[in-house]
Amino acid sequence: MPGLGTSLGRGAATTYQQDLSNSDCILIMGSNMAEAHPVGFRWPLQAKQNCGKLIHVDPRFTRTSALCDVFIGIRAGTDIAFLGGLIHYVLENNLWFSEYVKHYTNAATIIDEQYADTEDLDGLFSGFDDGTNYDPGTRHWNYQEGDDHQPLRDPSLQHERCVFQILKRHFARYTPDTVAEICGCKPEQIIRVATLLAENSGRERTSALVYALGWTQHSTGVQIIRAAGILQLLLGNIGRPGGGIMAMRGHSTIQGSTDLATLYDLLPGYLPQPVACDEHETLDRYVEHAGQSTGFWSNFRKYIVSLLKAWYGETAQVDNDFCFDWLPRIDDNYSQMACFERMSRGELEGYFLFGQNPAGGGPNAELHRAGLRNLDWLVVVDWFEIESAVFWKDDPHGPPAEEIKTEVFLLPTAAAPEKSGSLTNTQRVIQWHDQALDPAGDSRSDAWIIYNLGKRLKELYADSDLLRDSPIQNLTWDYDFAQPPQLPDGSLSQVEGEPDLEKVLQEINGYYVREIDPVHRQARQLQGFAELTDDGNTACGCWIYSGVFPSPDRNRAKDRQRRRDSIEAEWGYAWPANRRILYNRASADPEGKPWSERKQLIWWDEEARSWTGYDVPDFELHKPPEYRAAADAQGMDAINGDHPFIMKPDGVGWLFAPTMLKDGPLPTHYEPIESPVANLLYPDQPINPLTQKFAGPLNPLAEEPTEAYPIVATTFRLTEHFLSGPMSRFNSWLNELQPEMFAELSHQLAAERQIKHGDWLVIETPRGAIEARAMVTHRLQPLKIQGRIIHSIGLPFHWSFAGEAVGDSANLLTALIGEPNVSIHESKAFVCQVRSGRRAGRTTQPTQPTAAWPTSQRVPNTPDAAQPEGRFDHDR
Amino acid sequence: MPSFGKAPRQRPYSRQTVAKSSRLRDANVTQTVCPYCAVGCGQLAYTKAEQLIDIEGDERNPINEGTLCPKGANAFQLAVNPHRVTEVLYRAPYSDRWERKSMDWAIEQIAARVKRARDADFAACDTKGQRLNSVRRIGSLGGATIDNEENYLLKKLFGGGLGIVGVENQARI
Amino acid sequence: MTGSAHNDSQTDRTNWLERILAPFQRGTPPAPRTATGFYTDTTVCIGCKACEVACKQWNQLPSDGFEWTGKSYDNTGELSATSWRHVKFVEQLVDTELPQDTAIVEPLEAGTVPDLPGRWLMMSDVCKHCATAPCEQACPTGSLLQNEFENIYLQSDICNGCSYCIAACPFGVITRATFDGHAHKCTLCYDRQRDDLTPACAKACPTESIQFGPIDELRERARERVSELQSLGINDAYLYSDEASEKYSQLNSFYLLIDEPSAYGLPDNPVNPWLFMKGDYLRSGLTGFIAIAMLLIILWLGG
Repeated sequence: MPGLGTSLGRGAATTYQQDLSNSDCILIMGSNMAEAHPVGFRWPLQAKQNCGKLIHVDPRFTRTSALCDVFIGIRAGTDIAFLGGLIHYVLENNLWFSEYVKHYTNAATIIDEQYADTEDLDGLFSGFDDGTNYDPGTRHWNYQEGDDHQPLRDPSLQHERCVFQILKRHFARYTPDTVAEICGCKPEQIIRVATLLAENSGRERTSALVYALGWTQHSTGVQIIRAAGILQLLLGNIGRPGGGIMAMRGHSTIQGSTDLATLYDLLPGYLPQPVACDEHETLDRYVEHAGQSTGFWSNFRKYIVSLLKAWYGETAQVDNDFCFDWLPRIDDNYSQMACFERMSRGELEGYFLFGQNPAGGGPNAELHRAGLRNLDWLVVVDWFEIESAVFWKDDPHGPPAEEIKTEVFLLPTAAAPEKSGSLTNTQRVIQWHDQALDPAGDSRSDAWIIYNLGKRLKELYADSDLLRDSPIQNLTWDYDFAQPPQLPDGSLSQVEGEPDLEKVLQEINGYYVREIDPVHRQARQLQGFAELTDDGNTACGCWIYSGVFPSPDRNRAKDRQRRRDSIEAEWGYAWPANRRILYNRASADPEGKPWSERKQLIWWDEEARSWTGYDVPDFELHKPPEYRAAADAQGMDAINGDHPFIMKPDGVGWLFAPTMLKDGPLPTHYEPIESPVANLLYPDQPINPLTQKFAGPLNPLAEEPTEAYPIVATTFRLTEHFLSGPMSRFNSWLNELQPEMFAELSHQLAAERQIKHGDWLVIETPRGAIEARAMVTHRLQPLKIQGRIIHSIGLPFHWSFAGEAVGDSANLLTALIGEPNVSIHESKAFVCQVRSGRRAGRTTQPTQPTAAWPTSQRVPNTPDAAQPEGRFDHDR
Repeated sequence: MPSFGKAPRQRPYSRQTVAKSSRLRDANVTQTVCPYCAVGCGQLAYTKAEQLIDIEGDERNPINEGTLCPKGANAFQLAVNPHRVTEVLYRAPYSDRWERKSMDWAIEQIAARVKRARDADFAACDTKGQRLNSVRRIGSLGGATIDNEENYLLKKLFGGGLGIVGVENQARI
Repeated sequence: MTGSAHNDSQTDRTNWLERILAPFQRGTPPAPRTATGFYTDTTVCIGCKACEVACKQWNQLPSDGFEWTGKSYDNTGELSATSWRHVKFVEQLVDTELPQDTAIVEPLEAGTVPDLPGRWLMMSDVCKHCATAPCEQACPTGSLLQNEFENIYLQSDICNGCSYCIAACPFGVITRATFDGHAHKCTLCYDRQRDDLTPACAKACPTESIQFGPIDELRERARERVSELQSLGINDAYLYSDEASEKYSQLNSFYLLIDEPSAYGLPDNPVNPWLFMKGDYLRSGLTGFIAIAMLLIILWLGG
């Protein structure tokens, strides 16, 4: 989230996948889109059919590269260097979109006199006083203010401390030659990409960036996304059709799970989870410190108060701070890695897994398994006997069952067509899915399990008079169906106790707590977040979703009307306010006219005194382009008519980030924590100094370049499998397509290590060793870096020990390394050693199918002539 | 035009061939969404007599327009699968086997464990007297593969109701 | 499950007499309809194998077992009685020279580094539904026929498993299933076409590499695509067997390729064995005649 949020305002893809077909050039980097998101890739392919250029930059030549016009192979973990090279070339050759940059970014803003850059401090920014963190008090990354407390600006961009000049100096050493030495590509290739992007940006043309986990899973992950934001702001591509940054998320509602905040440090709608500190002690102080006085976040108090009303109902009142005290405070890092690290030391007692498989999918999987073995009890909610449910009996690396104390509950859960609910896809579109049939056997939806567990807990706590039990006692928890839901054939669902998820989505949307909708005889629904108040009259579970359920009979996530235009505004509901392209005010010039007819989206209609166009304007509808804020203006009044980034306090895109990030206002190339080479740009500062390393006996790291681990390893996804395999390795149709763990390596490395194609090889890191089949291919090439030949190896991370198709898990090699802002792990670049042969110890055994597949079960009520053609008697 | 021997004849059809039709005739259809990645492909789930008989792409969905990837095309085998667990399985401490249990029993047992762990661990404030109101020894992981509403309920119950701070999923950036 | 399910439901195989007679009972073919087929544009194939899984799902075909072949990303190997779609992968990459460490002088001339290090060709293979199909010609039971859509359809209920079709097919499309001893192959989703539904593979294909439709329209579209690609400088683009050659009919499932057919594992010049059958009959007749004559001579001499 902070990657895009810091630069642009919201932590989400700025555009929608279909819009990629409107691009003139697409740089796919940190994403293997054709393999990981094949259906999404149809849109870039359409751009290609329209003569758009597709560029892929990746450590491996993949199925994506095969369909692109340009492929550039780089060393894993050098993305900021490469993007820095592009930024450098764009700046040095005046290829930036000057009118866009001058009006829509903070290029002109002047930064504190005492700010020092990595250029001045050999790879560190000012404020790194205690040697562990940048001190907000002394880092001086902020804007210089004038006497009127407004940031100082130099519209000519010449002031030596203005953002534009700082940016130029910061990226001065990212020359094509230097970057090529770091990445292992050729200088011409960097120039080729920069030229293609610049030629396809500007008034008439737009370029888009596509990224995925290849950019995020790094110790510099957030800053890589920042670099992408800087590049796209310089080229003037944000908020415009065919432009933007398309974040390709990995799971069906990973966007939704962030929005609704199953994250330790967030409340729904990107409100921070309160921290144990004076600044968050009371509601007022929390709002003062977590909110903003200018820009859209000036509404912060409305959102938190409405959330508290949604959770605690009538109990939440003005005089008790709306029960703000009840929200748990965070006093430490409770992210997945930090939790499992504690768990591995026996510091957790009980744990729940809802559709996740840390025993196979967690970085440093052995540490995750050690964590599970150290729990008192574990609840696994899943469809299959995944690794995290059977680690006590089937882990070939683990101790025998009689030594493992963990009590395990495996609760069978409903398959996707067996439940209804909504999912938020990678382009922020919330889509409802309907239930087709009741869950098989005793399985129940995750919602049923959570809801009924909640009900039972409320019963257990009902009689308590302890203060600490008030939150659970007063939690609003009434989602029973008015009538049992109807299945498509008209029969009634036989499941008892299922919650009505439309009621939940209504609460997420929000309602007036004291007004009754006379037609539906229930609380009146909010039409959108503009109606929220901070006086306790509105309740809203997640303000950015407000508008999705404006009336009890209108679930807009269920909108399924095609308009046959690009936007498709009536298919699903895109947060916020059904906008499909964020910051789309930037699709018009400062005067409000489209930059070009070809790229028009939103414009100012002088006659109607309103913004209009094809998408929902991401701007105050009636604020004219010429509006200028008064010096003391607050809230949205402080945002000028030509400032499209309304979530930012100054209304402009942040080339330079004065706040929000822990590890620097500008992206800087640091080597991965495990790298075979030194940092060519900043020899004194090899790695991101704020990285969380989780040091301990279960997480050894190769922190210095060493001959013991000279090879760069990266993990990747295959089309044919999903994540660590729970949703693919129990499936014979997918297993036959990719049945075994393999490792991709170059012919040169294979020859050097006497590894034959198809033979077994062992890959080792300080965490462990795994075996895999050798896929020797020209798709991987050795790279020449700083005068040395550096080899790379690619490891699909789909296999582990449970399922029909089993194999060693790439995650036994990856490490617990946390990015400083969001604690994401660094699985896309680490070091290893390889050798021919097999590893010691037990091999994995596949789960035996309990029945032949497919069964010859007849399709009911269907004649022989319409039975599946291939369902001949398999089991004979 | 060269000849290639016998021209295709109008061969007689077998009885089944004469009657050939798709199994989707008279089936109930439900609009759903693919459970794999975040592209958000629409799917159609066909049922007959409360049995799933087919899942394929939804042509009307503007994102995928009826198409699917191999995983999406495999969605049927996720639901109809001999490996699927359809009863509660319970493993006692140090045991080497599963035991079959009822869902009600499981909810009862789990609720009791949550309460016991929470009551023992709840901290109103830290050593410096700073407000915490938190539970640290229970946690939860998951959310990106379940529904939005389920995420919301999870955060609301565990975070807002019980004070558990370690509520996590794999979404990060 | 099988037995009881079969008994529970209404089937038209209720008594044994009918079961024996059923293969001999034939119905009248319906009137011809617009000829249909597949056009597979390999230049947009992303090798995702959605077609393979969609086919297995719709037809409820079993997997062929889990064997890692090491042949690029192809692990199903070939078309068979249980794999009616098969995606081929052809890696055509060579080692790029390692970067020089000499400093580069700007500005550089364009095109000094190739944009791509090579190609990775992908192609979804399927039954060719030949306009004149040797398998159909070889089938002694009339199981294989050209149906009203001019697709080659194998009526598995009257297949006797003789395997003549397997020998006749020059593309190696058909094999016999171990489950029932019968031959099986792509039906071009005959059941779906009857209800005006697109075949499962073509419907699933995310990049329109597999296109289904009236065969004449497909051929026209494909030819336009070839000229479009050639105008973009891809001069190798051509259509494989969209027209008849001297030795083979046109295919109703044809391909746009950018390399020799053999690069994709297709015969460069497919031959209809029927063309040589007269000579073969003559030769084998003659050989038999001579053999008998020789035998008689030997017997006569010996006697």
